[in-house]
Amino acid sequence: MGNDALKVAGLNHWFGTGEARKQAIYDFDLTIARGSLTILMGPSGSGKTTVLTLVGCLRDVQEGSVQLLGHELHGASRPMNESLRKRLGFIFQAHNLHESLTAEQNVMMGLQVHGLRGPTYTQAARRALELVGLGDRMTYLPQNLSGGQKQRVAVARALVGNPDIIFADEPTAALDKESGVNVVRMLKELGRARGTTTVMVTHDNRILDMADRILTMEDGRLIKDSGSLV
Amino acid sequence: MSRLLAALFGRLPIGWLQLTHSKGRLAAAVAGVAFANVLVFVQLGLASSMATATLRPYDFFNADIMISAQDANALTEGGNVARQWMFQALADPDVVAATPIYIGMMNWQQPDLTLALLTFGIDPNNDAFIAPDIVRKIAPLRLQNGAIIDFNTRGLSPDVAASIRPQSPQTFEVSGQTVTLFDTFQGGGGFGSDGHMIMSDQSFLALSGGRSAGAPDHILLHVASGADPAVVADRLRGAISDQSLRIRTYAAAIQQDITYQSTQRPTGVIFGFGVVIGILVGIVIVYQVLSTDVADHMREYATFKAMGYGQWFFLGVVLEEALILAVFGFIPGSIIGYSMLSGMREITNLPIVLTGTMAFQVFFGTLAACAISGALATRKLAAADPADLF
Ligand SMILES: Nc1ncnc2c1ncn2[C@@H]1O[C@H](COP(=O)(O)OP(=O)(O)OP(=O)(O)O)[C@@H](O)[C@H]1O
Ligand SMILES: [Mg+2]
Repeated sequence: MGNDALKVAGLNHWFGTGEARKQAIYDFDLTIARGSLTILMGPSGSGKTTVLTLVGCLRDVQEGSVQLLGHELHGASRPMNESLRKRLGFIFQAHNLHESLTAEQNVMMGLQVHGLRGPTYTQAARRALELVGLGDRMTYLPQNLSGGQKQRVAVARALVGNPDIIFADEPTAALDKESGVNVVRMLKELGRARGTTTVMVTHDNRILDMADRILTMEDGRLIKDSGSLV
Repeated sequence: MSRLLAALFGRLPIGWLQLTHSKGRLAAAVAGVAFANVLVFVQLGLASSMATATLRPYDFFNADIMISAQDANALTEGGNVARQWMFQALADPDVVAATPIYIGMMNWQQPDLTLALLTFGIDPNNDAFIAPDIVRKIAPLRLQNGAIIDFNTRGLSPDVAASIRPQSPQTFEVSGQTVTLFDTFQGGGGFGSDGHMIMSDQSFLALSGGRSAGAPDHILLHVASGADPAVVADRLRGAISDQSLRIRTYAAAIQQDITYQSTQRPTGVIFGFGVVIGILVGIVIVYQVLSTDVADHMREYATFKAMGYGQWFFLGVVLEEALILAVFGFIPGSIIGYSMLSGMREITNLPIVLTGTMAFQVFFGTLAACAISGALATRKLAAADPADLF
């Protein structure tokens, strides 16, 4: 296993079939070092989410190579995908919490996938919620939490399993500026403390100065790479 | 409950939490499963009562082989058998006794209702062919037009039935002659009659104008002890000149009657159909509920899938829901089904019972139907990339 969290080479991707087939990603190459916070920017429709889902094991790779934590995703088997996904933390634009589970139970789902259960895992879930400042909202259902609180639950859920990489797709889009910045600051601090690699899609200018590296996409291509900013 | 399920599954009881989260949908789903259960219960109860009712008159007799006409699919159907074949049968060394039985409907006309009685004419002197609990009561049958009547006849009140004793007989008219009831026996209403009546063959023939002693409905045989009725029946089939006769062991005749009732007669087919419809309704309802539930939670499931949860997890959640629906639907379903069957038994006097086996079958049928629906409902989830589900 190399020192790279992610190594992408010659990635192309198409949506649709036949007449409607349309290329969304062109010749994408990228290497991301472990422990960094990378931000992916670009106009709407430029392919950011597509790239994130491809390298994050959420979509089958059609062409090119994606090495995630040292494993090739192109042609990976279902068990391989499932075991890799357990090592990732995802934060989506929409929080996607399970509506019938409490905050605590939602976070526990991030541990249970590793087969962790019992009182210790309840404890770990509570600690994760305390870390994101929701110690007093453990037993709330998502419907009784504000947007920012829900997003923080999602952050706790993504972090609780100690992932090697966190992928975040506009995690602050649904939040007001202040809570958005707070969520990202939290991600960065927690990530830094644990050496987690973070790849984040965002439009939020106030977050940019927290990045170690900024990538810009346009029309399915990577057009700008800031290189290391630290 | 949540804790119990958590301990049971070794994980958060997502299915339970999800179902109880939308109480309205849960109530509708449970009502749907209960409804399907009631449907199946009622049909099963009727179907089994039909089998019981069909069997009941066979129990009045005691025979090894029965000879019937070609078209006698049931005890009460088909043409007659010429009595001469009885004598041919008796020529077989293993046939030790034979008796003709005559069967017909007789009406007990009462001021406000008519009791249709399936009536058997038997030879009271040949009592080896009569079941032990009835044989004790046949002495009065030797009197002309003396009869005994089914205690459980539909429309015959238990008080009146209990009052019919040899010392206090009841009478009624059939074809302008007086029938005297001396006693009662345990029978039970059927689908084709209100109850049963037994009298001597002499009385039977006297009361049914046009019937001849030479043409009984069936002939019953006893074989020598140690002889196999099936082997003897085979032999008789070769020996008796009328090749069109149905010569079967008594047990086979009963079995064929039940099969005929449940697969050929409209009532039996309808009950069987009802069971199938009930099961289909149940599957459709549960499938509808579970697939809507899966569809409504697609984004959340996709998130779980993105987190690394596999197909077994989703199958487990949906099966958990199926199990919960099956159990919660079965409880009211069996209670309502049981009450309905009890009510129907009261009204119709049919031998309707709800047995443990039936309840067991319905429950496991429900469980299987729920599980199949659940498994089907997760198919879409299995095929898709998580990214396409958000
Ligand atoms: N499931 C899909 N089917 C067909 N086309 C798709 C699909 N998902 C994305 N596309 C197309 O691929 C291109 C890239 O989309 P993508 O969602 O990756 O953009 P994005 O950079 O994330 O945009 P935004 O900032 O609006 O989220 C777009 O042209 C889009 O229409
Ligand atoms: Mg996007």
